[in-house]
Amino acid sequence: MLHTVNKSPFDSHSLQTCLGLAKAGSDILLIEDAVYAAMSGTAVTSMVESAMNSSTIYALEPDLKARGIGSEKMISGINLVGYDGFVELAVTNDKVQSWL
Amino acid sequence: MKFSVMVNEGPYTHQAADTAYHFTRAVLDAGHEIFRVFFYHDGVHNGTRMTTPPQDDRHIVDRWSELAHDHDIDLVVCVAAAQRRGILDKDEAKRNGKDGDNIAPGFRISGLGQLIEAGIEADRLLVFGD
Repeated sequence: MLHTVNKSPFDSHSLQTCLGLAKAGSDILLIEDAVYAAMSGTAVTSMVESAMNSSTIYALEPDLKARGIGSEKMISGINLVGYDGFVELAVTNDKVQSWL
Repeated sequence: MKFSVMVNEGPYTHQAADTAYHFTRAVLDAGHEIFRVFFYHDGVHNGTRMTTPPQDDRHIVDRWSELAHDHDIDLVVCVAAAQRRGILDKDEAKRNGKDGDNIAPGFRISGLGQLIEAGIEADRLLVFGD
């Protein structure tokens, strides 16, 4: 199952809720302000790193670029995708849950 | 594969209207089909042709209209959400005694049944909003 999260983890609990409820093996895509969760050295970094043990985390590259988050500022192991990759994730997963 | 898209946020609000558009474009670019884009809540503001952004800014409403024209996409605005927010087509304007309509080309006003149908007919329904 694909989960998309669009809120900054510093504004909203939606990422935390998503990570708490997503089953092992889920794909989790960070879009819009949720890409701030992909940064290393923040208050939510350990939560994201721990989720990476059971799920695959993706971040939308155009939204990272728009916020000046380069790969040197990111948690390693997070996968970058464009909108084409977003579509591909929606195709390969049979269900999509948008955490708004 | 058939996709439907639901947009619950107005244009120029945060980012959902842009994300929904870029996702819809990417679906078409990948050779898939868009069954319908359904606009609900403040998302209905994506469908007013009176929108006039600065010339150096993206025109979110025209972008949807062009997509509908070029790819024959069904853009549906929820009637109840539209009435509350002053989005009208000719029939709705007449029925409610208003002096004009403002729906953008390519959009049509209909009911929530169209969202249910979009969910049933498409293989995937993606929701964008705030």
